[in-house]
Amino acid sequence: MTPTYYLVLAAALFTIGAMGVLVRRNAIVVFMCIELMLNAVNLTLVTFSRINGTLDGQIMAFFVMVVAAAEVVIGLAIIMAIFRSRRSASVDDANLLKY
Amino acid sequence: MSTALAFADAVHAHAADLAAPANEVKGGEKVAFWILAPIALGGAIGMVLARNAIHSALFLVCTMLSLGVFYVINAGPFLGMVQIIVYTGAIMILFLFVLMLVGRDSSDSIVEQLRGQRLAAALLGIGLAAMVATGVARAFDDTRVVGLGRATQDGNVPALAARLFTRYVFAFEVTSALLITAALGAMVLAFVERSKKDQMTQRQRSRERVSADSYPAPKPGPGVYATSDSVATPALLPDGTTTDKSVSKVVQTHELDAATTKAKG
Amino acid sequence: MLSLLWLIIALPLAGAAVLLLAGAPPLRRLGADKWGHYLGSATVGVSFLLAVGAFFALKDRSDRHYEDQLWSFIPVGDLQVDIGLLFDPLSAVFVLLITGVGFLIHVYSIGYMADDPGRRRFFGYLNLFVAAMLVLVLGNNFVSLYAGWEGVGLASYLLIAFWYDRPSAATAAKKAFIMNRVGDVGLAIAIFVLFAQLGTITYDGVFSNVDDLSSVTITVVALLLLLGACGKSGQFPLQAWLPDAMAGPTPVSALIHAATMVTAGVYLIARANPIFSASETAQLVVCIIGAITLMIGCIIGCAKDDMKQVLAYSTVSQIGYMFLAVGLGGPAYALGIAHLLAHGFFKAGLFLGAGSVMHGMKDQGDIRRFGGLAKYMPITAVTFGLGYLAIIGLPPLSGFFTKDPIIEHAFDRPGWTGWVFGGAALLGAGLTAFYMTRLMVLVFFGKKRWTDDIKHPHESPAVMWWPMVVLAVGSVSAGYLFYRGDALSDWLAPVLGEPHEAATHKIEPGVLTATVIGVVVVAALFAAALFWRGTALQEQPVRSPFVIAARRNLYADAFNEAVLEKPGLWLTRILVYFDSRGIDGMVNGLAATVGGTSSRLRRLQTGFVRSYALTMLFGAVAVVAALVAAGWR
Repeated sequence: MTPTYYLVLAAALFTIGAMGVLVRRNAIVVFMCIELMLNAVNLTLVTFSRINGTLDGQIMAFFVMVVAAAEVVIGLAIIMAIFRSRRSASVDDANLLKY
Repeated sequence: MSTALAFADAVHAHAADLAAPANEVKGGEKVAFWILAPIALGGAIGMVLARNAIHSALFLVCTMLSLGVFYVINAGPFLGMVQIIVYTGAIMILFLFVLMLVGRDSSDSIVEQLRGQRLAAALLGIGLAAMVATGVARAFDDTRVVGLGRATQDGNVPALAARLFTRYVFAFEVTSALLITAALGAMVLAFVERSKKDQMTQRQRSRERVSADSYPAPKPGPGVYATSDSVATPALLPDGTTTDKSVSKVVQTHELDAATTKAKG
Repeated sequence: MLSLLWLIIALPLAGAAVLLLAGAPPLRRLGADKWGHYLGSATVGVSFLLAVGAFFALKDRSDRHYEDQLWSFIPVGDLQVDIGLLFDPLSAVFVLLITGVGFLIHVYSIGYMADDPGRRRFFGYLNLFVAAMLVLVLGNNFVSLYAGWEGVGLASYLLIAFWYDRPSAATAAKKAFIMNRVGDVGLAIAIFVLFAQLGTITYDGVFSNVDDLSSVTITVVALLLLLGACGKSGQFPLQAWLPDAMAGPTPVSALIHAATMVTAGVYLIARANPIFSASETAQLVVCIIGAITLMIGCIIGCAKDDMKQVLAYSTVSQIGYMFLAVGLGGPAYALGIAHLLAHGFFKAGLFLGAGSVMHGMKDQGDIRRFGGLAKYMPITAVTFGLGYLAIIGLPPLSGFFTKDPIIEHAFDRPGWTGWVFGGAALLGAGLTAFYMTRLMVLVFFGKKRWTDDIKHPHESPAVMWWPMVVLAVGSVSAGYLFYRGDALSDWLAPVLGEPHEAATHKIEPGVLTATVIGVVVVAALFAAALFWRGTALQEQPVRSPFVIAARRNLYADAFNEAVLEKPGLWLTRILVYFDSRGIDGMVNGLAATVGGTSSRLRRLQTGFVRSYALTMLFGAVAVVAALVAAGWR
């Protein structure tokens, strides 16, 4: 077994997250799936850092976490605002921007 | 935080072992991987499949904790701690707060509106996984793992700090601005202004209650005065019209035709 | 007096403006319908008096030439067109004819149009015509001439279609307008060529530099001018519109389509005589067209049963004489103008007489249903009769003094062409005598063959017969006045050159004159004998192809339809097909394709975030697949 297994695991997690974004309709769950995808990427960054012997990958993962935290705050606030006005947290209900 | 760092120091010895250039992963790490990887995967799949959003969140916590451990055993103890504290702790709590605010029963709407979405998602997901796995396998089959031993001779946290406050100091400062902005943005988005003026007085409330387009009396239960006793049948109001307020939103109301209302047997 | 020349044009123009604008709703209260005809007649009358004054003033000038620059019209680079007036002997006789005859016909129209609700409009158009015709003859350059040329075309169109609610009148007006356009193109191109070659379009500038032009250019310009003249004067091959133009009111036929406008072609050729004299070919073509047209007019004239139609074809034929005369060149120019003036008198008189007859006979025009009218309309009969004697050319009336010399000069043309043109002219004179006698006899003599609804034919009111009397006097006396001591030839000499007798005559003038008179008298007596007892009341079936051809206007309309109209129609249809299917099809098809594609592509925008995410993922998979396939490592 080599560290490559981590990469394969990360790929699998990323894919599951992506599929979750596609099939789930609850906005909050969709958001969780996005977090999962970010985490999968973080795992690859940490693994790359180990394979290459430099800390840049870990620092990158650190920044990803910071940005993810900011994004979660804003995203959840937006979901709250939408829920308040539409009484629904389903992404399918917000489909006014169409043909 | 200090506890977390102590834990990080404890695993540091293990990390130092890893620091030796070695392609093969052996021993404790291998065991940890084969235990935690299925847990992480199972958590991820459970998150996607769970009906209840709270369950999804808990499954995600599971996955994230596993990932945190992976960071630690991949010579990134600081990141592992941050993952557990910030992600699993703070962010997931935030998720749960919002879930509670929004109402946990506001789960997915019942009907899938996009035809073929699930099938397409499954196909593309499999395709993506296959592609990435192929690519990774081909790219890394003969890679020599350098390890972080040299890079973190003084310990993981001092090494990270040295990089972060020298080379990446500008990006670091910018993230502070980003976080401030995000905090402000969250406040703006979530804040609802309620002035005293907009609040209705008791008198207005009473008038509102008996005004023309409101129905002050208790709503009849579903099926009351109706042609059918189904819960999906809207009740009849005294003036003969139906009211959709008597039927739960979850239930799909449907028109009653002669075939449905005919007496059975 | 000559400095007031512009007033001669300005008065009828102002009259036209007032009369036509007075029909606008806010101006209705002026009551122009009650006094409009007096105003219209007065403007032309005053113009006539001014013209007489100008005539005598011109006579006192030694050079008999007066030119007056009014203003600069088109000052563009090399193209300098100034509006100027040229008053010389040729213009003078035309101005007198137009204003004089015009005034008489205005007065006649007061009576003739008395019951027509559009009388004010009619007088407005007549004034417009007079103004445009005066611009045509008084301008000192080809552009002024062209402006007037188009002006009279417009007025002619408006007056032919005066009763625009009659389909025949509306169609005739369009026909006249379109056939005139054919000629006008020739005139316009001739002016372009002159400007391109000489850089000037004033008469002075062009005629003094004719020698600089190559002989080919001269011939081309002359033939193009001739095309314009043919269009306006109803000459072969553009003669078909003139008889149809009789659908307009009779005074219009008298003024425009007999006396003045249709002679504009003769004026053009006479005015451009330096160009025509420089080209043998062009002169020959003018002669040929004149001879052909006069024969066409005579032949069809014999076959027509409508009073105005007969007169229309006699007009075509008489203008043919004028073309023949101006084509002969030299001293015959003056003869053409003389015949034009005499024709202006007697043909106007004949048309007014025809109008008077129709006025008394409930607007009927079929000469087979007249007869014996001399007793009921004595004044009309006498004035018409004098015009009739003048047109057939019996001495001492005007037609004799003007037509006989033309025949004489036609014979004098050197070579065998002289015999052809002379013979045609002589034959034409006999035919003219025949069909005019037929007309005269069938209308005024013999037994009554009236339709049942006519009980008491009546003589026209004084306001109508006075002009007829004046014109009859003119018909009788004009010829002798012109002839006496070569008065007209001398008068026109500054423009058309000194008259000089041909050295040799092929036929002794006395013998030829006697022959002409003999032919005319025999033809007239023959016709009188044939028709004195009346004629069949309906058109009789005949087998002779000659008669059938004559009844059908020698197939001119059929020819135009088959050769010009049908191919044009087909060409238009093909072009329309190509336009609607090819060009529009391409453009619309492109638009429809884009529109259809976008309305289908638009369905991709479902508004569902998840389907957009699906698309993104598809893109990501495609990129990764491409990288893997490319051997990325």
